[in-house]
Formats: sequence, C-alpha cells, structure tokens
Amino acid sequence: MLAVENLAVGFPGHSVGRALSFSLADGEILCVLGPNGSGKTTLFRTLLGLLARQGGAITLDGTALEDLPRAAIARRVGYVPQAHAGYFAYSVREMVLMGRTAHLGAFGSPSLRDRALADAALETLGIEALAERPFTEISGGERQLTLIARALAQEARLLIMDEPTASLDFGNQVRVLERLVQLAARGIAVLFSTHDPDHAFLCAQRALLLAEGRVLALGPPREVIRSDTLERMYRVSVRIVATGDGGHSCLPSLGG
Amino acid sequence: MASTRTLAYAGATAVLLALVVLAFAVGRYPVSLRELAALAGALLTNAPHDLASNVDTVVLQVRGPRVLAALLVGASLAAAGTAYQGMFRNPLVSPDILGVSTGAALGAVLAIFLSLGALGIQLFAFAGGLAAVALVYGVGSRLRGHDPLLALVLTGVVIGTLLGSAIALLKYLADPTNQLPAITFWLLGSLAAVAPGDLAIAAPFALAGLAPMLLLRWRMNLLALPDDEARALGVNTRRLRAIVVAAATLMTAAAVALSGIIGWVGLLVPHAARLLVGPDFGRLLPLAMLIGAAFLLAVDTLCRTLATIEVPPGVLTALVGTPVFLWLFAVSRRPW
Repeated sequence: MLAVENLAVGFPGHSVGRALSFSLADGEILCVLGPNGSGKTTLFRTLLGLLARQGGAITLDGTALEDLPRAAIARRVGYVPQAHAGYFAYSVREMVLMGRTAHLGAFGSPSLRDRALADAALETLGIEALAERPFTEISGGERQLTLIARALAQEARLLIMDEPTASLDFGNQVRVLERLVQLAARGIAVLFSTHDPDHAFLCAQRALLLAEGRVLALGPPREVIRSDTLERMYRVSVRIVATGDGGHSCLPSLGG
Repeated sequence: MASTRTLAYAGATAVLLALVVLAFAVGRYPVSLRELAALAGALLTNAPHDLASNVDTVVLQVRGPRVLAALLVGASLAAAGTAYQGMFRNPLVSPDILGVSTGAALGAVLAIFLSLGALGIQLFAFAGGLAAVALVYGVGSRLRGHDPLLALVLTGVVIGTLLGSAIALLKYLADPTNQLPAITFWLLGSLAAVAPGDLAIAAPFALAGLAPMLLLRWRMNLLALPDDEARALGVNTRRLRAIVVAAATLMTAAAVALSGIIGWVGLLVPHAARLLVGPDFGRLLPLAMLIGAAFLLAVDTLCRTLATIEVPPGVLTALVGTPVFLWLFAVSRRPW
C-alpha cells in the first residue's frame, strides 16, 4: 500500500527528518511514537503530499506520490487531523459528506449515493444520532469520530491520523482505538501517532520510534518499546510491565 | 430542518416581490396598484394602454433602472460577502476585505478629478476595484512562509490604507466648488442616478462573477476547513481561492461602480442567511442573494421617500441593518 524509502522531510533549508524507511500493508496498524518536535507531523504532512519531500521516495500502490494529482491521493489516503472546533456550524453529516469531494467532479455536488456512503460511515463509527448536530457544538471525542467517519466516507484505504487521541478523555481514547482496530479489520491501513506508548501495545502491529528525525526502532511493539528506547526518546525512566493476560503497559517512575 | 429552509426561501422571495411592487408604487409621483397591474398587463400582452404617459415614464424610465440596480447591487454584495466569509473562515469579513471598494473609490474619485462623465466614472471605478485586488492578491500570495489567508488580509489592509491616502490627496487637490461635492456624494453611495446603460455594463460582469460561485458551490464549503484538511480531501485550495477572489471581485466592482460605496450589505446579509439555513454554500448563496436584493431595495425605497431630499443609502443600511442583525442574532441559537 505505502512504501517510504530513505525519505527526508522538512522545509527548504530546514531538515526535520531523514533516512526514514518503512512500509505499510493493507489492514496493518503502524503507530508512530516520538517526543514533541521529533518530526511526526512533518512526516505525515509529507506522506499526504501537503509538504514537498526533501529527498527519498514515497510510493502509493506502486505509483510515486508526486505523480498523483491531489484528488487521486485523496481517493487513496485519508487524513484525520486532531479534532478542532471548526469555524462554521456545519452539521456532522455535512462534515462527513465533505469526504466525498475527491470522488466528485469540479462542479459536482454529492449524489444520493454519496449521501448514503456518508450515512454508512456515520453508522460504522456509531455516531448516526449526531448527524444533524452542528460540528461546532459536539464534544472533542465526537468531533474526532466525525473526522474519522469523514476519512471513511472518502473511501481511503490508508488513514493517516495525527494524534487522534490527543485531548480526549480516557473513555474516548479507548473508543477511538477500538474503531481503528475495526477499520483495520476491513483491510484499511492505519498510520497514527500518539504520545501514549500503551496505545501501540493495545492496537498496533508495529511501532515506529522517532527521535530527532531519525528512526530509532521499527518493529512489533513488544520488541521495540523497551525501557531503553523510551528513555532515549523521552529522557525519563520507564518500566514495561506485563499485565498477565499477554498485554504490556508502560509505567514511568518519577525521578528525584 | 428542511421545512425551515423552504420557509426561508419562500419568505425571502415573497418579501422581495412585495418590495418590488412597493418600490414601483411609492415616491414623489405615486402609482396605484391598479395602474401598475394595467401597465404590466399591457407590457406582457404588448397591447396599448390608456394610462397617463407619466405613469409609463415614472415606472419604466425612472423607477425601473433604479429598482433593478438595487436588486443587482444588493444581490452582488451579498454573494461576494458570503463567498469571502466562507473563504476567510470569518463571519466578520466584508466584500471589501481585499480593497475592492477602496480601489473602486479611488478610480471614481480620479475620474471626477479628471472631469470625466458618468460613464467614465463607472468604468474607472470598476477598473480601480479590479486593479486594487489584483495588486493585493499579487503581493499577498508572494509573501511566503505565512498563513496564506493572513498574508492576503494584511496586504489588503495595508494597501487599502495606501489607496485611502491617495483618495484623501485627490480630495485635497480637487476643485472645492464642484468636484469635491461630487466626490463626497459618490463616496456616500447612491442609486439615484443609475441609467439603463449603466445597468447594461454592470450586469454582465456581476453574472460572470456569479457563475463560478454557483458552479463551485459544493467545493466552496471545503475552503471553510483548515487548509491542510481541504487539500487532503482533494481540493486545490490555492486555485480555488484565486477563482473565488476573482469572482467576488468582479461582482463587487460591478456593484460599487454602479452605486458607489454602500456598506453593511455584504457583511450583514450573509450572517442573516446563515442563521436561517446554515453554512452550506449551495443553500446559503441563493438565500443571501434574495435577502441582499430585498434589503437594498427596501433601503433605497426608504432613501427616496423618507424626506424631501435623498438620504444616502449607506446611512440607512447601517440604521436598518444594525437592529435587524442584533435581533436575528438574539433569536437564533446557531453560532454563525
């Protein structure tokens, strides 16, 4: 689905990350971990074609990203930004319908089929009851689910999610992760970033650890998320504890 | 929901039609509804009528162009304001944000200063509006490394101030006995002097600006999202913004060249329409245009009937607009 080779990201004259290589298969969940400023968002923006790459190669279904027009990228890759409040009171259904734009002609408006797909996406995320509510008035968790529903209505086969659990309460964090697993089971590839390494243990097949714009480690969470890698990334001491049912969790200890 | 929308469209259309009839009827030479109906019937069936020739002249020559101009200017300003508020993601934006009115004013003032006729003033105003926005857009979109919208707005403010100084300079240099009053009246805005020929020049440009807005009505919604999101959803935002700026500028410049500067309509009417039908551009645009046309027609009719002298419409739009807006805002729970 997605292959990234020796990618350099950043802005002209300002390198943010380099030597980034990884790939993502259909139905796989890859979790990106890294401290603030490690280049996660810059990497995601580059993968979405929003920022020009500074070197290396990105291929999507075997085609170089830069050879794909905007709408063609949008039909394959969905972007789920951090939930924001929005500027105008579009209803939740209207927000989700906007996901259909890449499938419409320049002068087109959503058809009945587009509306049905948007409604189906609302149902998949379990938020059909919110359809007529203004996006500006629902909670942060509901907004995040709405934005995921929009990417789903987009019929993207790869979802790129920038900290989808940031600023959500504990319950909503878990609910969002549950949806990710559900979407991956449908064959959708998911690339998401988080500040909580436990999220990688919970739902990701692989974790990508970024430090100072370089890949620190890439592999199954249990192999790469260790005390030493976390300490190198975050500069705090952490223990990994087994939960007894085969799960793992990170437990930081407070220094003096 | 759907019935609220239908009600809004139907209500706005009914009010607009009633206002058109009223505008033809009232004035220094009142025309009765019976006479209006007889004239309309005669025109439709192409038959001769036995009405006083005054009625014919007043309705067709005097009030006709003025009513049409009010409708055209009101609808154009409202459409441009609707597009800009969506594009700048800010409900406090007016069509003048990129300097089109100031540029048009400078063009008109220059034409008056050069003692050009009415046609010259209209053309200079139109060209001035387009040139000002072209300058703002050209400079603003070259300021890299900033939020593109913020760069545009700030460039608009700065260049608008510069053009304002140029206007002030021309006023200072103008002949105080005949040019200065003409400049002052133009800047206050008026539909009193609109001739059929002026309409024929303005209408095609206004329609040319409206066409892309109607065609792109769905995509316009995506400009209300953060830039990265709209692009990730498949929209070429830079191109779409350029089209919207060009379209809104054509409409506003055509309107301002016809009427002079009339504030409030492009700021207020999109608000009112959004409170009634929500932010979806495809639903919002037609209603905003209906309300804009009705609002300016009502204002202009008041302007010529309130007192023995004409009241400048810009004064009345503020007087009527402020309380109406506050009332709408108070009765609605929709945030924008």
